[in-house]
Amino acid sequence: MNKYNPFEKILIYFGIFVFMTFILLPFIEMFYASLRPLDHLFRSPYQFYSDDLSFWAYREMWNTVPMLGRYIFNSFFLASCVAILTLIFVIPAAYAYARFKFPAKNTSLYILLAINMFSGAVILIPLYKLLRTLGLLNSYQSMIIPGVAFLIPTAIWLLKSYFEKIPIDLEEAAFVDGASRVQILRHIIAPLSTPGLVVVGIYAFIGAYAQQFLFAITFNQKKEYMPIPTGLYEFIGYQSVKWNEMMAAALVGMLPVLLLFIFLQKYIVEGLTAGAVKN
Amino acid sequence: MNQKLKSYTAQTYIAYALIAPAALYIILIVAWPLLETIRLSFTNSSLAGEDYVGLENYQKMFSSKKFNGIVTRTFVWMFFSVSLKLIIGLIGAVLLNANLKGRSIFRVLVMPPWVVPIAIGMLGWLWLYNGYFGIIAGVGMRTGILDGPFGFLAYKQSAFISTIIADVWVGTPMVTVFFLAAMQGVPRDLYEAAYCDGASRWDRFFKITLPQITPVIITMSLLSAIWTFNSFEIIWILTEGGPRGSTTTLIIDTYKQALGNYKFGRGAARAVVVMILLMLFAGFYLALLARINKKISHE
Repeated sequence: MNKYNPFEKILIYFGIFVFMTFILLPFIEMFYASLRPLDHLFRSPYQFYSDDLSFWAYREMWNTVPMLGRYIFNSFFLASCVAILTLIFVIPAAYAYARFKFPAKNTSLYILLAINMFSGAVILIPLYKLLRTLGLLNSYQSMIIPGVAFLIPTAIWLLKSYFEKIPIDLEEAAFVDGASRVQILRHIIAPLSTPGLVVVGIYAFIGAYAQQFLFAITFNQKKEYMPIPTGLYEFIGYQSVKWNEMMAAALVGMLPVLLLFIFLQKYIVEGLTAGAVKN
Repeated sequence: MNQKLKSYTAQTYIAYALIAPAALYIILIVAWPLLETIRLSFTNSSLAGEDYVGLENYQKMFSSKKFNGIVTRTFVWMFFSVSLKLIIGLIGAVLLNANLKGRSIFRVLVMPPWVVPIAIGMLGWLWLYNGYFGIIAGVGMRTGILDGPFGFLAYKQSAFISTIIADVWVGTPMVTVFFLAAMQGVPRDLYEAAYCDGASRWDRFFKITLPQITPVIITMSLLSAIWTFNSFEIIWILTEGGPRGSTTTLIIDTYKQALGNYKFGRGAARAVVVMILLMLFAGFYLALLARINKKISHE
């Protein structure tokens, strides 16, 4: 039933090729541009072929963007803080939603979903004033605090569905056997929910790494706290952009998340798939 | 009975205690600012201070032709972007669901635009769209479609389309991955039964796959519409809302008013409009979602 004839195969592969070109072309072109000398890039119309490709831009960019290393560190630091804080807030809440019946449960879940739909842009003004009053503008906190708030709702929904997949019979059996709630949490819930926690943690990290722009350009002007996206965005304001170095720096900025993702994609894809497969 | 009642209330307390930290955090960082935004929209708040001005901000906003244009533009932009994401995402998911060699690699290769920071991806698109040296203009010139350098982000219409394409590029992977996951969740015996009954591949797609993944399609339309409406970074980095306002959506306008020139009151009035529209969306889609869930449980 899953056999394809050669014609169908060619058709599907061609479709995949077109689809993949759309998805990957920007990355391929960024990488190619990063390897080419600047005077080859500045030729019009576009030259498809360069003969002297080199990694020169990857060495030179650290001089052109002197704080690149710091930006990379900041991005990592900010994303880690946001992910950890998100997990701390979300684990108990998600467990409560998965296991307990209480008044306003569904309503509050829908409110959560609704809150998730608000862009940070809507609440920037009060947040700006709040952070200014607290003296937190131009600091790591100014980016961490709003970042966490916008990851909590989705993280609760995600983790709730993981907790729900742990059969409640297991907990009930343990409860009947006289296990305390803490024991149940330690010996049943914790080990069984580790994959879920890993997935939600990675989700939060990648989400936090990806959202480092709006809050960062609004609440922080200090270079030493800037994450990569805003750091590089500043750099593009220069009179003439050295595109090969720019692309090199952009790729280096993406690399941590990409590596993390490739390394852990099995968990992420399995996690997402599991939600749809097993009910 | 008594026992039951007691455990019920105890359960409620435990549940509320577990939820409290997250709830308080959201109340402080999201809910309060939302209410404060509404209040500020009735003032002329700026860095200097604030006075109550009643409906002045709203009157000015709604009587301005520019603002009405922005609202329309936002919906047109959104409509094209969301439709393209859903269509391309569905086609992509079908292709990657085909049982062929290499599909597991392709499934990983779809995800980079979704995973990498949007702002960094947009730096790449800035280069692609470069009118003199970019690859798109280059291909255009070499094939004769363009008769000279063409700055995609420099003209009204092409900038509008270019920002949509970049937005679709960012949004498609997630849609694809979710559709794919949903397709793999469809019970295999449904297909086997249909195959035994002689249903064609086409029939199996339209009569089994599509109805089975409809809930996911609707959920993704909901999320996609809302994210697209909220899309900020893509437009901001590519065009900052230009040229001559042609890519200024509501979100961009709100940002410019509020933090471009620190007119908090005016910005807040725009933010309230955004809020109301988002609530309408959310309500509309949640109602739809509830109806689908009902339908499924009835079957």
